[in-house]
Amino acid sequence: MLSKAEKELLAQIWEQMLPVAEEVGSDALLRMFTTCPKTKTYFSHLDVSAKSPYLRKHGKKIVEALAEGAKNISTLASTLAPLSRFHAYQLRIHPTNFKLFNHCMLVALACHMGDNFTPVAHAAQDKFLSAFSAVLAEKFR
Amino acid sequence: MVVWTAEERVAIQEVFSRLDFESVGLETLTRCLTVYPWTQRYFGSFGNLYSAEAIMANPKVKAHGVVVLKGLEMAFNNMDNIKATFASLSELHSEKLQVDPGNFQLLGDCLTVVIASRMRTEFTAEIQAAWQKFLAVVIAALRRQYY
Repeated sequence: MLSKAEKELLAQIWEQMLPVAEEVGSDALLRMFTTCPKTKTYFSHLDVSAKSPYLRKHGKKIVEALAEGAKNISTLASTLAPLSRFHAYQLRIHPTNFKLFNHCMLVALACHMGDNFTPVAHAAQDKFLSAFSAVLAEKFR
Repeated sequence: MVVWTAEERVAIQEVFSRLDFESVGLETLTRCLTVYPWTQRYFGSFGNLYSAEAIMANPKVKAHGVVVLKGLEMAFNNMDNIKATFASLSELHSEKLQVDPGNFQLLGDCLTVVIASRMRTEFTAEIQAAWQKFLAVVIAALRRQYY
């Protein structure tokens, strides 16, 4: 459950992340691959080493999708419908991996924002990322 | 038997050297109680926990933050035998405090976020990996006595 103030805060934060989408997104991904090597199994055919072009491109894509979702949180399900289908029918990611990625995104945000990543922002982001993942996993079964 | 590489020991040492127990402990507990409000159930005697500001200003939370980090320090000082070191703490949490062990992970995650916000780019992916491995071992040791 996100309050009006939290939704505004989220829209604001993700707007700020757009210019550094590549940096923050690839950081979150790298952290996930480093702390939990099993997540690399979904990328075995790609170069996901630090600073690789694929990692930067993919990180950017993820942050842009998160920012798009944050613009209008009440319509998350419809905004994410294509991505939701993609994750369910093509990617078929084991659901526990969403939590692992979300945690690493929180860490990446904390590293990037420092003190500005307040407890209130942290709570809002955790709720948003959980809701976002739930929509992505919605069509799994 | 947990095996620590030399790099992991250095990384974990690096993180500990940056930990101001009072400030980090307080912020970690504040985040845990704010981001995961159900954890407040274990702190009924702490008084005002109604908002992040109130929690940050609560002297009991601050004191408890130090207790938690001192416990972690004990694990750090006995890194090759955390399981045995934490046997009585595990019993305390399961028998007396009756904490749902799922919450240990949440507190650990909040601590990691606080460290990240302080160390920023110095909290590299490699250091994060070593640190999270340490936390995982501590959490497993704490869970051990639960039946």
